[in-house]
Amino acid sequence: MARLTPVSGFVLAFAGTMGLWATQAAANDELLKIQDDPKQWVMPLGNYSSNRYSGLDQINRDNVGDLQVAWTFSTGVLRGHEGGPLVIGNMMYVHAPFPNTVFALDLSKGGQIVWKYEPQQDPNVIPVMCCDTVNRGVAYGDGKIFLHQADTKLVALDAKTGKEVWSAMDGDATKGETGTSAPLVVKDKVLIGNSGGEFGVLGKVTAYNMSDGKIAWRAFSAGPDDQIKVDPAKTTALGKPVGKDSSLKTWEGDQWKIGGGTTWGWMSYDPELNLVYYGTGNPSTWNPAQRPGDNKYSMTIFARDADTGMAKWLYQMTPHDEWDYDGVNEMILADQQVNGQDRKLLVHFDRNGFGYTLDRDTGELLVAEKYDPAVNWATKIDLKTGLPDRVKEFSTEANGEDVNTTNICPAALGSKDQQPSAYSPKTGLFYVPTNHVCMDYEPFKVAYTAGQPYVGATLSMYPPKGEDHLGNFIAWDATTGKIKWSLPEPFSVWSGALATAGDVVFYGMLEGYLKAVDAETGKELYRFKTPSGIIGNVNTYEYDGKQYIAVLSGVGGWAGIGMAAGLTEDTAGLGAVGAYKALSSYTALGGTMTVFALPE
Amino acid sequence: MRSACRSLFFLAVAVTLAGSVQAQETASTTEEKPYHVAEDGTVSWPVFSGFRRYNSVCHTCHGPDGVGSTFAPALVDSMKRLSYEQYMDVVVNGRKNVNTAVQRTMPSFGLDPNVMCYIDDIYAYLKARSDGVVPRGRPAKKEDKPAEWAEAEAACMGL
Repeated sequence: MARLTPVSGFVLAFAGTMGLWATQAAANDELLKIQDDPKQWVMPLGNYSSNRYSGLDQINRDNVGDLQVAWTFSTGVLRGHEGGPLVIGNMMYVHAPFPNTVFALDLSKGGQIVWKYEPQQDPNVIPVMCCDTVNRGVAYGDGKIFLHQADTKLVALDAKTGKEVWSAMDGDATKGETGTSAPLVVKDKVLIGNSGGEFGVLGKVTAYNMSDGKIAWRAFSAGPDDQIKVDPAKTTALGKPVGKDSSLKTWEGDQWKIGGGTTWGWMSYDPELNLVYYGTGNPSTWNPAQRPGDNKYSMTIFARDADTGMAKWLYQMTPHDEWDYDGVNEMILADQQVNGQDRKLLVHFDRNGFGYTLDRDTGELLVAEKYDPAVNWATKIDLKTGLPDRVKEFSTEANGEDVNTTNICPAALGSKDQQPSAYSPKTGLFYVPTNHVCMDYEPFKVAYTAGQPYVGATLSMYPPKGEDHLGNFIAWDATTGKIKWSLPEPFSVWSGALATAGDVVFYGMLEGYLKAVDAETGKELYRFKTPSGIIGNVNTYEYDGKQYIAVLSGVGGWAGIGMAAGLTEDTAGLGAVGAYKALSSYTALGGTMTVFALPE
Repeated sequence: MRSACRSLFFLAVAVTLAGSVQAQETASTTEEKPYHVAEDGTVSWPVFSGFRRYNSVCHTCHGPDGVGSTFAPALVDSMKRLSYEQYMDVVVNGRKNVNTAVQRTMPSFGLDPNVMCYIDDIYAYLKARSDGVVPRGRPAKKEDKPAEWAEAEAACMGL
């Protein structure tokens, strides 16, 4: 570069900008177009609104009972398989947990492997991943496949050849920072978050230029206003400007630097408002006494400008968390009527057990209701202040360090974890895979060492008192905050749901079943036991005139930690019929994709 | 090996600091039965302390109460085979078993005070679990925290 004359430097820069404009428009338009084509499945959550809904109706409530396995594919990896495949044209892209293998399969040639990419990563990253070596999927944009590796590296692969186009190391795995989330491609950028809240990692979202892998913007979850990309006068929380140092004021000393708020969940995008939505995770440590204050902006929904990263609005759901209720779950964008008015909604089922409905333009809180009746840590959410009305009995802060607070619902797993819900514009309902688990929680002092766990609490988990099932699959009305129907499941439902125009809703179960239920009534229409427990998300696509349903099985993840050997020793004590057993008595390890279709 | 020996040396110091009542007993007795459980189920303080620390750090891979998970072995079984020295070695230095079929990695906790200051407690808890004298879940009754233990903890953790 030093050899360039100023003139050629200018020309180069100008040409570069032109190139960027061209890419930006093209990539944006391409994804906006493909997401509306139900034959393809172009992003992990189906579309920018994270609806996990398909307009395909060849498979419907009348014939889904005839579903058969069309073909299967082994990933060759044993550990927990979250996420699901993408389908773009005749190509399917399948990913695996660590070592984060990616396969490109040609659907026109019976799923033949066109290319396989297997990154070389330091295995030392494995044990700093808190809850198994999961990965929630790849993203597509501008002819590239984007992989967010365990070691935080973001890699751009040529979608046709699998050749690496560029890569960028996003964080430092030696300090416990890891990558598990799926990237989101918006315009000319690709966005990723980070993981590592149990290692005192500070959360951040970074937007990389899709063309060259350079950082376009980065926004942290806590710290000074410029670092968190918050404008004290313009960024609002429930309609009011947040003011100066709104994050720093809520921490004691430098604790925010190891304060968590990682961003390991899902992101959504509204192209009209040009806003990106995501949530932040738990503050570090799990011992609330060691971090006085509201710990902003952990446990927060952010709406950020896609081009600059500046926050338009934000809302902290659980200030000063005392239970590990991360706010990272998916943000579902839907246009529905609330109180007779058309609203642009953002619907979010938080770990804390409340289903939130907000105006996604302004951040106004419209509805906040419990989506599991077992939730007891708070009685309600005040829609004006946004604050939960906490119950002292279940407050680990009020009870203090070295005290065991018992029977808190939900458990740290949340009433729902990352497993994404589906929204059907046809029924207007949200289909939510949930956990039905409670806990004891005892916080105690811990010391921080870079790269070592920074947890500070002991937990025991179990089903709610007097109950013997650990999960429910529910249909939810987000305009009123009411459960329409609820299907009890023996284990947590840790699989992403899919709703279709065929009036069928699909989800996977930890025991390994893929299930199809009626979108109106919840009536079971079909089940098939795949080779392993399902923590992946169900997808659908059409190829050569035929609709397929695809899902990754491969038990593991956080669910595989607690439920593998059962949550308690003596299941007899839990009551007679349906008393649950250890998950290990239903299923074993192994990553396989199973693809279903109707018979000829 | 030299660095391993050195960290084991530091570890020995840390263990002595975290010491507890057990340090006064003979080495062989404490290694075989590093716990007391009274007839009414009251566990010695180190067992309770080990329960807390185990279920804060170790359980994220080895499962609640040492019962294992889908990706890490059940320590209630492993502790039947591991000697005290082997246990120390694995916790302090970590261990790797990574190949095409298996990706198992135990990290090194040699520099983590949340583990090292309580390493004998965690040992006591896991031995008690492995010997079947402490059931799953939180011990219902525990002895009071001994003053020497509290002092050693404060010194080790720098509280």
